[in-house]
Order: sequence, then C-alpha cells, then structure tokens
Amino acid sequence: MLTPGLRDYVLEPPVGDHESTSKDPGTDLLLAALAALAPSFTVVAERGAPGSGARQLTWLDTFDWRLYRAGLVLELDQARRGGRLLLSQTDGTPRAEQPVTGWPPRRPAQDLPAGPVRDRITVLISPRALLPVVSAVSEVSVMRLLNADGKTVAWLTAERATVTAADTTAELPLCLSVAEVRGYPAQARKAAALLAAVPGASPASQSMFIAALTALGRHPADYTNGVDAEITAEMPGSVAVARLLLRLLDTLELNVDGVLRDIDTEFLHDFRVAVRRTRSAIKLLGEVLPADEANHYAQEFKWLGDLTTPTRDLDVHLLGFAATTEHLLAAAPADLEPFRAFLVRRRAREFRRLAAALRSPRFGVITDDWRKALLAVRDAGARKKRRQPTAAELATRTTARAFRRIAAQGGAITPDSAPESLHDLRKRCKELRYLLEFFAPLHDPVAYRKVVGDLKQLQDCLGEFQDCQVQREEIGALADAMLAEALAGRGTTTAATLLAMGEVAARLAVSQAEARADFARRFARFAGPAARPRISALLAEPGHPAEAEPETP
Amino acid sequence: MKIYATYNIKGGVGKTTAAVNLAYLSAADGQRTLLWDLDPQGAASFLFRIKPRVKGGGKALIRGTKTLEGAIKGTDFDNLDLLPADFTYRNMDLLLGTSQRKQTRKLAQLLRPLAAEYDNVFLDCPPSISLVSENVMHAADVLLVPLIPTTLSVRTLDQLTDFVADFEGARPEVRAFFSMVDRRKKLHQEITQDLLAKRAEVTAAAIPALSLIERMSVERAPVTASAPRSQAARAFRALWSEIRSDQE
Repeated sequence: MLTPGLRDYVLEPPVGDHESTSKDPGTDLLLAALAALAPSFTVVAERGAPGSGARQLTWLDTFDWRLYRAGLVLELDQARRGGRLLLSQTDGTPRAEQPVTGWPPRRPAQDLPAGPVRDRITVLISPRALLPVVSAVSEVSVMRLLNADGKTVAWLTAERATVTAADTTAELPLCLSVAEVRGYPAQARKAAALLAAVPGASPASQSMFIAALTALGRHPADYTNGVDAEITAEMPGSVAVARLLLRLLDTLELNVDGVLRDIDTEFLHDFRVAVRRTRSAIKLLGEVLPADEANHYAQEFKWLGDLTTPTRDLDVHLLGFAATTEHLLAAAPADLEPFRAFLVRRRAREFRRLAAALRSPRFGVITDDWRKALLAVRDAGARKKRRQPTAAELATRTTARAFRRIAAQGGAITPDSAPESLHDLRKRCKELRYLLEFFAPLHDPVAYRKVVGDLKQLQDCLGEFQDCQVQREEIGALADAMLAEALAGRGTTTAATLLAMGEVAARLAVSQAEARADFARRFARFAGPAARPRISALLAEPGHPAEAEPETP
Repeated sequence: MKIYATYNIKGGVGKTTAAVNLAYLSAADGQRTLLWDLDPQGAASFLFRIKPRVKGGGKALIRGTKTLEGAIKGTDFDNLDLLPADFTYRNMDLLLGTSQRKQTRKLAQLLRPLAAEYDNVFLDCPPSISLVSENVMHAADVLLVPLIPTTLSVRTLDQLTDFVADFEGARPEVRAFFSMVDRRKKLHQEITQDLLAKRAEVTAAAIPALSLIERMSVERAPVTASAPRSQAARAFRALWSEIRSDQE
C-alpha cells in the first residue's frame, strides 16, 4: 500500500555547470538520479501505474484569494474522464475531496456540483466565483525500486511540469519524490539519501502551486482591494496622493474584465469602491493636483460611479433575495418569484448599458489620460522647488477637517431630522474612512484601530438606515413598473406578489427604525466628548506616533 | 471487516494458491485487503517476495509485545498487504495453550484492531487440526475449504462441518470448493457433480489442476495478476465472485 510522498526533491542543473550543453537538462538530471540509485535498487518503470502519465492540474480561487487567505488551496486534477477537486491546507494537509465530471474550470463555479468540497467552501467564497489561478500540464513517471528478491520496496515518482497563468508559461524544475512501501521504511530512507546526494538536488521547499506562481513571477494573494500605496510621512503631499490614486486606478482596471464578463457581482463592487475612493481623494486631497484636472476627473469619475449604480443596486437586491424570502410572515416565498424574475430582467438590461459604457472610448480615455496625469504629478512632485505640504501635514489637516465636519453635522441631528441629514452624514463618514485608510501607514496602529473601529460601527448604523430607505423606495418604484407591465399585458404580476413586496418593504421599515434609534448612541461613541482624546491622539503627529492622551472613561 | 480463512486438515490441496489469488482479487476490487500467512513454511510470503520473518516471532504477536500492525508489509499490489509467516509459527500451539488454559479466541482478539484499516482479511492456515486452526475457525466469518475430488474429501467436509456446528456463539460459514480438478478423470467428474447436487455449501466454481497454477512459485506472483486472461485466473475470478455474492 502506498503512503504519501516521503520526501520531494527538486533537481536543477548545478550552479556553474557551464559544460552541460544538453538541450534537455531535465532528462539528464533524471538519468543522474537513476544512476545514483542503481547500485542499491533495480529501477523498473511502471507504465500505467495509478498517477502516472499526463496530468493536468488547475488551482482555483476567487479573484480576491478568499481560499488562500483562509489557509486553503483548491486543486482540480483532471483526468481523461472527469476529475477530482482536492481541498487542502496551505501546508498540504488534505481537507476534502470530491469527484467532478463535466465541470469546465473556465466557467465560474457557482454551479459546482454538490459534495464535501462545495460544502466546505461555499460560505467562505460566496458570492464570489472560483477562477483558475494557474494551471500545470505535467508528465509523471512512476518507477518501482526493487530489492534483490525483486520485491518493490519503494516508489519513485518523477514529475516535469509546464505551468501557465494568463498568457505566461514557465517550466518547473524536475521533481522527484520517494514513497514508502509499508514495512520498508529503511529502503525508502536510503533511496531518499541517494537522491539528496545527486548534484543539483535540493529538498523541495514549496508546494507545486507556490512553485508555479513563483516561476510565473507572481505570488499568492497578489490582489487586494486595499489602498496600500507605499507612502511615507515626509514625502511631498502631491506624490503621496498621486501614488494613492494610481493604486486605486490599478484596482479599478484589474476589475474591468471581471465586470464585463459578469463573472461575479464583486468585481463591480470593487470597481465601485475604487471609483468612490478616487472621487473622495480628488475632493478632499485634490488641492495638491492641478486644479483643472481635479475638476475634470471629478466629473468623469462621477459619471463612472453613476453608471454602475443601477446594476449594483439590483445586485444587492438579488444577493439578499434568499434572506428576504426567509423573513416573510404572511406571504409565501413563491409569491415573490415574479419580483425576482423582474429584478433579473432589469439587471440584464442595466448590465448591457453598463457594459456598453465600459467598452466606450470615453472610458478608455479616462483611464489612460488619468494614469498619464497622475504619473506626471508623481514625477514632478519630487522636483518642485516651491514648498508644499508633506504627506503627514496633508493627512493631519484633511483628516481633522473631515472629522470636524462630522462632529458638527452629526451633533445637529435630532430625532426629528430628515432622513437626508443622515444620508449626508453617511457620505461624510465614508470620506473620513477613506482618508484614514489612505494614510493608515502614517498613523499609530493602536490609535488607528480604535478610531476606525468606532467609525465602522457608526457607518454600519448609517448604512443600514440608508440602505433600507433606498430599498423601500426602490420596491415602490419596481412595484409601479411591474404593475405597468401587467396592465400592458406583458407581465405576470399578481396581487399576491405586490402584497409580498409590501411585506418586504414593511420589514425594511422596521430595520430602518431600529437603525435610527441606535444612531445617537453610536454617534456619541465615535464623536462624543469621551471619544475626542482618541481622535487627538491619532492626529497628534502622523508619521511620528505620539503618546495617546489618557482616555476619559 | 470480513475474515476469510482457507483451511483444510490435509496439506497440498491448494489452500495457499486460493488464499493468495482470492486476496489479490479482493484488493483488485478496491477492498483494502490483508493476507496473514499463518503457515510456518511461508509459501504465501514467498509468492509475494516477502521474507518470512516477523520481529520477535509469533511469540511477540501472541503475547502482544508487538502489534500485528507493526509487522505488516505492503505487497507490490495496490490495496493488498501481507502479514508474513515466521518459522516460529510452528510453535504457535504452545503459545496459545497451556495445560491449564486453552485460548481459542486469541487470533480473533489480535485481529480486532485492524477492523478500521481493512475491509477483508484472508488467513492462510497450516494443515492439521490444532489449537491454531481452532483459533482460525473462531476468528473467521467464512471458512473456505478446498477439496480434492476424492471420496475421502467428503468425509473431511463432514468432519469439519460437525466440528464447527459444536461451537458456542458465532460459527463461521463453511464454503467448500473443488480444487486441483482434473476434468479428464472420470472419478473427479462424478464426485464433483454428486457433491454439488447434494451439498449446498459447495460452490459451483472449481479450480482446475493447471500447470500455470503450479508455476506461481516460479513467477512469484498471483496467477490472477501475472496471467489475468488465463483459464486459471478465470477460475479464481469465478470462485471469488461466487463467494463475494454470497456475502452481499
């Protein structure tokens, strides 16, 4: 019975081996390894052994690496007929496995067949789709190592792989692994020791997945929607802002393909976040950019943001649909089905508009010219003679101003204030959050975490309030539209559907009222007198974290 | 875990070839299979090219100072492991019984921890009626009895069924099959047909006398693996399929 690989070795031509003129160093190295084993074992190739022959592997993850960030690696091992999915920890420990037949990995995988792997990963990746990260085509040869009696006492596997991601291809070094036969551990150890002594052999230090990424010049988790632009406190403000905006532009561009192919809803979400952050940065930090450009791109990014709103709103409705039906008391889930079908049709229509705009010359011009403009700012910033604020000064001034506005606006909100005042405050809070995130590397991490934690609580409350408001209004508008369709003899809307939608709207009203009731407490926690020292500590001297003032309980 | 034992009081009737080939076929079905070569001659171990040696000998296994698990060797075939013979097994009777106390369920007890690891276990027993064979009969779910078609073999089967019938508690099922059948001999034909008609425990599948089966000791591999299309392999497959379908 085979046990898992005892030891893996990578064989590469020894450094300084200039004499080797062979066109196929992999074969030369394999021959060297076999020669090293020959005095102790008879090596017999085992054609047709399980696991031998051509192998096609594809590693899958979501675009934002949700599996890898959770310490998991998902591999699709394709054979001629079907294949199997293997879920393991990053250290190689297997977690779950399931066969898959007729499941093309190029297709996003919301419809992954039922099985232990799907059970394990659905919650983790939802609502994102699985995408191929890197694939490998390899040739595996399996050999028996025989003792003097002709008994198999160990197995040797040689694997040569070509790896591909996007349009890049690389060869991995020859990998040899020794597997033990039960009851013959000493022979497997001996074989491993003989291989280790072959010139150019070294123990394999990384999995094939990581080796494949490395060979292609990539590394795991190389996408995040964060704003980790490399900025420092002393850097000119204009340079820091240009770096931030370039980082946001990268994120935006990385998501365009996924949006256009409609792979999953989160490409559009990340795209929108990048647009909003860009707009906030232009608005709050635009003073360090050329004024006419700041004005022009503020308009252009507003256009981009508005363009994406209808599709995203419908995505939000559809993503929460299952939860919505669960909360129905009077109506049956089936009553809402025409509503869902209507949302799907609407979404398809809005998506076509969005896709057309993203394929338009206007969008291409925005991204290209914006990049050129930002690169010019970044490169000119360092050369400017005129005194301009440093990144730290800019951070302090703008963050303090944003905070003061929130304190004033929020402080003026009473239980009788109009919903718009909360909506407006929500936007200011988002802006402050973005500023804090932009300049996060300049802040003291402890003070930063405290302030952001409280701000997040306040934002959640305001977000809940506003989302409920928007969704209620939308349900009203959608009900009108559905009714109009029905009257025109086109839809299948019934009274039951409209009543069920009314129930959904009523439930939203309850949640909205709860959020409204919670506002005063959350606002006081973030911006009340007790919280002020936390803000002061944060703004004391970005780049040079100061001692935090003692907090008033 | 199902335990099968090939047993006959007589030697040279095809116990080991049956055990080796049936164990191989079980493994080839994807069942995790262990073959324990209990015969100190070590013929089954030899056929799998495994040295007939167990550290500490039979004594260590019976006394529990060494586990069966630790003595198991992987064969050259997927899903098939072997617990080798050891020359000290010849004294196993002495280890199992003292003048005061006879242990008849020791082997069953030793095999129990392997239940999680194996689906099927085959015990290849030495000929004779002894304390070892009594242990084997208590441990086994199915006794596979090779019979050479002679008048005496009918008596052997009767003796064995009577012996097992006297067991208290669980009794193994007895399945007999004809072995080393020479279709050219009229007597062989008569006896096989007669017994098949009279005795329900005799399988329809029989193993013919074939030189290819004798050559197993030269090839050192189950004939079902080395010559899967041969008449011999077909006969063992038919036998295994009949035994297996009984158990389903």
